[in-house]
Amino acid sequence: MSTLTVDKDQIAEAGSSTPRNKGRNRGPRRPAWKTGLLFAGVLATIAVFFVPLYWLFSSALKPHQDIYTWPLTWIPRELTFSNFAEAWNSAPFDRFFLNSIITTGVGTFLEITLAILCAYAFVFVDFKFKKIAFVLIIGSLMLPGHVTLIVNYITVANLGWLNTYAGLILPGIASAFAMFLLFQYMRTIDKDILQAAEIDGAGHLRRMLTIVTPLSSPMILTATLIVMVGKWNEYVWPLIVTSTADMRTLPIGLLFLRSQEGYSNWGVIMAGAVFVSLPMLILFFLAQKRIIGGLAAGAMK
Amino acid sequence: MTTIVRSSRPGQQATAEDDTQGAPADPAGSVGRAPLARSEQRRRSPQRRRRVRRDALLFGALIAPNLIAIIVFSYYPALYNIGLSFFEWDFVAPAPEWVGVENYTSLFTDPSFGQIMKNTAIFTGVSVIGSLVLGLLLGSLLATKLPLTGFAQTMAFAPHMLPGAAVGILWLFMFDPNYGLSRWAFSLFGADSPAWTTTSDWSLWAITIAYTWQRLGFVTVICYTAILDLPKDLYEAAALDGAHGWKLFRHLTLPLLSPITFFLSITGIISAAQAFDIISIMTSGGPGTSSSTLSWMVYEEAFQKFDIGNASAAATVLLVLLLIITYVQVRYGDKKVNYDS
Repeated sequence: MSTLTVDKDQIAEAGSSTPRNKGRNRGPRRPAWKTGLLFAGVLATIAVFFVPLYWLFSSALKPHQDIYTWPLTWIPRELTFSNFAEAWNSAPFDRFFLNSIITTGVGTFLEITLAILCAYAFVFVDFKFKKIAFVLIIGSLMLPGHVTLIVNYITVANLGWLNTYAGLILPGIASAFAMFLLFQYMRTIDKDILQAAEIDGAGHLRRMLTIVTPLSSPMILTATLIVMVGKWNEYVWPLIVTSTADMRTLPIGLLFLRSQEGYSNWGVIMAGAVFVSLPMLILFFLAQKRIIGGLAAGAMK
Repeated sequence: MTTIVRSSRPGQQATAEDDTQGAPADPAGSVGRAPLARSEQRRRSPQRRRRVRRDALLFGALIAPNLIAIIVFSYYPALYNIGLSFFEWDFVAPAPEWVGVENYTSLFTDPSFGQIMKNTAIFTGVSVIGSLVLGLLLGSLLATKLPLTGFAQTMAFAPHMLPGAAVGILWLFMFDPNYGLSRWAFSLFGADSPAWTTTSDWSLWAITIAYTWQRLGFVTVICYTAILDLPKDLYEAAALDGAHGWKLFRHLTLPLLSPITFFLSITGIISAAQAFDIISIMTSGGPGTSSSTLSWMVYEEAFQKFDIGNASAAATVLLVLLLIITYVQVRYGDKKVNYDS
């Protein structure tokens, strides 16, 4: 038997173009040229993603004449904040910031609250028709949001909510994805702790607030971050539901800035893009593991 | 015959359980049975009934806000939208006017709708396949334990965090034929940069590239996580059999990753078909309809041309297409592979 496997091994090695001693190198060791090639691939990957982002930030900091030159100026000769000042003055960015912060903050708080209540009910409260309710809520994940735009606009207009925070925020607080993440997490909580609390006379609300919520706080934080990024970046709904400049959010502000400055003032437009992007980039670099982990967990269920 | 089969099955299962779990299975089983009998008794007592009712009320109160929001802002509009597609309306007239399937017949006979469907297919197909192929490649590249792979992963994921509006406007600048990076890249080959976003030959490719760039990092990181989760012993066995490099990737990694690549293709199609912000910022579907997709068309018909009938008919087409895709996922998605956390 053993001779047979050795034979197989040798045949396989002879079949491959690499020399015989390659067999000893199997495992993590690689020939140097291969490592070099792979490392070049890693560097190329970084370049593909880093260069556009560098271009965004460096252009925002370049003086006008450094942008409109050929050959391109890769490294700005001097750094200036005039683009930021000009962007801030050419559109009501203070309002955009305020609106983005309010809609993201209030919207995230409401969505996560609904998600916690809902997930708690599904995990810890008995009800005969639980399954139907669960399918109904998770099933909404399968409905493409773009299809609901027209009717939601009509609903919000009928409620008199156009150009209001209520109109911006409330249609987006329904929670299926965050609810699902919290549901999965709460299921792993040891039921004995809750039973002990119940015997001590703690009702559902107290158990939810003093035991389940603190125990789920890592996943609540992850879900909060993911929901927050989604709301900050939201584009089509604020575009439809607001028409006055003082109710626009930052991403719509960018569209406004582009139509105003056109192709003639890229520095200012990039400065506007930095306004919109920087909060999310900072959030990402601070909480990278949590955000990626949460999204990956959602993807792989 | 059937009775024999039925009676033999539980017996077989019991022996199988005993074989795998041994002695501890028995006490666990008896403990599990006892409360069942007790709860059967309790269910009849009025105390128990009151409790069930109270729990049902509490359950209702807890899920009501979320469920109502979902019904009002997801299910109801999706259904009502289908209804609207049989009417003619402009948001202003006091009542929509019934026109039957006229919106659909005019949609399917309009040559520009054919172009829009073709654009949607190209945009979706290229971005999904492109990000998947590149993502698998980059994911396995990052899974090698070389220096800077962690940094590369961070950089790759960063664009996914950014608003589509910012990504769109950044690529708009990069595609500027006079002062963008595109001019530099083409000058390396001694060529002039095309006017990406203002000519109908290139505009669709401009939005496709920008969208793929934004999505690629997400796909890469998911592939990377999945590759790290693969069973190591299989690789050792394959290495002993002399499989290396491409062979290993083709015959072991790819089949093992198939549930993930399937999932990424389906969700990729669903989100690409609804991509909007990048298109809106970069080309607004133009020039003409050269970069218009179904999702842009829904917006344009409804909120720029105020043709609600056409818009909701187009949205219904989008809904049906995506529901078919979702059905494929639910029906054929491999749920057997279980990734924890």
